[in-house]
Amino acid sequence: MSIFRLFASRPSPLPATAPVARERLQILLAHERGLRDEKPDLLMLLREEILAAVSRHVALDPDKVIVRMERGKNVSTLEVDVELPSGLERMFAVAS
Amino acid sequence: MAKVLVVTSGKGGVGKTTSTAAIGAALAQNGRKVAVVDFDVGLRNLDLVLGAERRVVFDLINVVQGVAKLPQALIRDKRLENLWLLPASQTRDKDALTDEGVGRVIAEMRSTFDYIVCDSPAGIERGATLAMRFADEAIIVTNPEVSSVRDSDRIIGMLDSKTVKAEKGEQVAKHILISRFDPSRAARGEMLSIEDILEILATPLLGIIPESQDVLRASNVGSPVTLNSPASAPARAYADATKRLLGETIPMMVPSEPKGLMKLFGRRAA
Repeated sequence: MSIFRLFASRPSPLPATAPVARERLQILLAHERGLRDEKPDLLMLLREEILAAVSRHVALDPDKVIVRMERGKNVSTLEVDVELPSGLERMFAVAS
Repeated sequence: MAKVLVVTSGKGGVGKTTSTAAIGAALAQNGRKVAVVDFDVGLRNLDLVLGAERRVVFDLINVVQGVAKLPQALIRDKRLENLWLLPASQTRDKDALTDEGVGRVIAEMRSTFDYIVCDSPAGIERGATLAMRFADEAIIVTNPEVSSVRDSDRIIGMLDSKTVKAEKGEQVAKHILISRFDPSRAARGEMLSIEDILEILATPLLGIIPESQDVLRASNVGSPVTLNSPASAPARAYADATKRLLGETIPMMVPSEPKGLMKLFGRRAA
């Protein structure tokens, strides 16, 4: 391997990054186009209100929240995955 | 019938002013009577790229506010008798531009010119929205790069909602102009491909301008690239794009990198 490197005129080519750019853009723009529709989108509204409700009781760590939205013709899905710190449920039981 | 064109992008530095100068000049070279209008209040540069920076007396804001008459503010190009420039103000505040005032000036220009080409400032603030407000057609200058494509998408959304045409339920005709295209980087998969950009933006292509020294050289001397080095690759790309704007069918040339032997000979010749 190293002996071939010696003769190679330039370092091995870097992996193509354009496909990554393309995929990131497609996901982002699908989201942003939804935002600028005239009527507020139901999915976006739900997302915001759910997160607001949760954050009233728990300090949300942005790294522990995963929101996934999929828009389809017939069915759209909203998946909100919030990781709560352990011991929280016990705290609630004591408080109530 | 006069046509109002806006050259816009959202993102800065993609080549709006260069493209306005090149396409404005090319339209004039095709026998159309053209006015290019700089909407970048406070940061005007179209005068500089056209080599008219020392001839500016009055500007767009002076005309909007009635301080000067339109013919007093228009600067006629020294090389192309069909090309005029309406500069932006360098000192005034951009809030001096009103929707109604700009509409009045554009309407007055429609009666004298075939094409009114509006050079939009970067961003989505007042200057940019006013530059597109009265447009019939839009050229969205896009670089093959994620931030530029995202901003173009945003601008397309605005063209479809915030223009007079859109409010009347009509459509501003939109064209993508890809600039600063580097064939060798595209071949190595380092740059978004033309197909990717067009698919993502779902807007027809007007032309592909290769990244080139000739563009910089032309602005250095204050001359549109279509005039300064008409045989260069970017000038030919602009000339073709302009012909497509005028309704001609010109096959699209994707700039390619010079290969093996050609490259060798090219170097020897240089």
